[in-house]
Amino acid sequence: MTFKTAHKVLATAVVATMAATGLAGCNRDGESGSASSGTVVLAVSTQTNPFFVQLVDGAKKEAKAKGVDLQIQDASDDAATQANQLANAVSTSAKVVIVNPTDSDAVASSVKALNKAKIPVITVDRSSSSGDVASFIASDNVAGGAQAAKELATMMGDKGEIIHLQGTPGASASRDRGKGFTEEIAKHPGIKVVAKQTANFDRSKALDVTTNLMQAHPTAAGIFAENDEMAIGAISSLGSKAGKSVKIVGFDGTADGIKAVKAGTLGATIAQQPALLGKTAVDQAADILAGKTVSKTTPIKVVLVTKDNAKDYE
Amino acid sequence: MTGKGNIIVTTATTATTQKPSVGRRMGSWALNHGALVGLIILCIALFIATPVFLTVPNIINIGIQAAVVAIMAFGMTFVIVTSGIDLSVGSVAALSAMVSAWMFSNVGLPGWLTLIIGLLIGLLAGAVSGLAIAYGKLPAFIATLAMMSVARGLTLVISGGTPVATSDAVNHLGDDLGPVPVPVIMLALAGVVCWFILSRTVLGRSLYAIGGNEEAARLSGIPVRRILVAVYALAGLFAGLAGLVLAGRLTSAQPQAGLGYELDAIAAVVIGGASLSGGSGKASGTFIGAVLLAVIRNGLNILNVSSFWQQVVIGCVIALAVGFDVFRSKKES
Repeated sequence: MTFKTAHKVLATAVVATMAATGLAGCNRDGESGSASSGTVVLAVSTQTNPFFVQLVDGAKKEAKAKGVDLQIQDASDDAATQANQLANAVSTSAKVVIVNPTDSDAVASSVKALNKAKIPVITVDRSSSSGDVASFIASDNVAGGAQAAKELATMMGDKGEIIHLQGTPGASASRDRGKGFTEEIAKHPGIKVVAKQTANFDRSKALDVTTNLMQAHPTAAGIFAENDEMAIGAISSLGSKAGKSVKIVGFDGTADGIKAVKAGTLGATIAQQPALLGKTAVDQAADILAGKTVSKTTPIKVVLVTKDNAKDYE
Repeated sequence: MTGKGNIIVTTATTATTQKPSVGRRMGSWALNHGALVGLIILCIALFIATPVFLTVPNIINIGIQAAVVAIMAFGMTFVIVTSGIDLSVGSVAALSAMVSAWMFSNVGLPGWLTLIIGLLIGLLAGAVSGLAIAYGKLPAFIATLAMMSVARGLTLVISGGTPVATSDAVNHLGDDLGPVPVPVIMLALAGVVCWFILSRTVLGRSLYAIGGNEEAARLSGIPVRRILVAVYALAGLFAGLAGLVLAGRLTSAQPQAGLGYELDAIAAVVIGGASLSGGSGKASGTFIGAVLLAVIRNGLNILNVSSFWQQVVIGCVIALAVGFDVFRSKKES
């Protein structure tokens, strides 16, 4: 048996589907079709995590306000997909590329290729381990992790057992937050980390992992989740205990996270300002397009959000 | 070794028998090369939508972007021809790259050696699956599902969850050799090996026989068990190469590399006209299938279509390709 696909129907269907998705998938506020009009490409690591959705929204809003033509690419958290998208950006001759790397080591060869093509690179949230980056915009994750440790210790009265939910193995955000948290919590001798497990930054995984860990450590009185999605998974697992006998601190300050802080189930979260990250990236890109110089690094402040100030971060 | 790579099972009668007109002949050629015709039409449509699509740099991009999945898919072709399936290739690719990187970064072995070790790890993982299937009588789906989990787990254990730098020898797999990118050379190499084995060797013919009717193959004296072990080992070896090429492109072994790639590889083989019930499949078909997937991704990417919709389109293409295949063979019988 050789290929026996009814070619005409298949191809027509393919093209039709493409046309349909082309219409459906284009940014309503962006140009459709022609790639040559795409002046700024924003390659984001994933669009299934609210944090990055907010980052992209912030970037889109700013692009509209500044009249920048912005193209969004999403790598679904796969380093190879991102490499492909950045290679495509070179061949479609984008003017500036903003990249939110899936991984700082993996993106390096793509950054070098962009350097070779003389396309300025802006990195957001994570940077590239080598190559020439015009501007790096990120929250201070290590400081944020330390802040989370301080707040959790305060809430627990400086004593008790805690569970540490880790993000995707190898992701720099997980490494940095974990590092900041671990270093700071060590300064509180009354507090003991009884379990460290990864839940991949994922809400449903965190639900299972927390349930299992609470079986093993029923006396645990605190949970640090390296992002809000996992914190909310932990809250679902704990039910009525959340925020009462078990204090939880998250990280990111996503809409759901802030909601949980207001409800009292989440003790606190370290708010990054993803929309501001995206907005700043587009601003820098616009500056580069206008021939202005931009600063090499722009740290975006992380903020401790508790019940008292949750209103300001909605 | 001689012998034509004729497919033993279910011969398809050609659409025409007496003195076909040029038009009918073209029609029947097109019918028999559906995936290729689909690919050509897709390329024309994309070119009309965005002229960038057919520029030389972009065509090179497509070649590089098809390479990893295509290499995996060539290995998968052997397996699918025997009516098996290998769900572990994505994880085995990651494991091969990770062991290779670890041997370089933590043990300090020379680069060329870590490259060979990476390939051997792939071969070994495949052989283990093959043994479980051929001698342990596990269904291929289950054995390779287990291997998928084991290989991914080992990758995470070895790496501690962090990316590990690869050796220069491995990184060269992601470079260019003059004007041609090395991933494309590896794709061609894997494709030629796959074509040669399937259509020019006794082993290849045995694969079709096993896929057509395993019992009959056994009774006619084909050493089915040993061949099955070899087939899964080959698929593992190809997965290992794919993993090393991927690591070379990223100059690091990623713990989550190749996640879900096995499904792309299976899709490429199936779009290329192979049947999951075994006995059919060709290297050229698999190549077209892999390129078709890469073209859809690259094209929709350039057109700025969201990756969410890309998944929808790819799903539709797989369903259409296989659906029409079934429809046509029904009409013929």
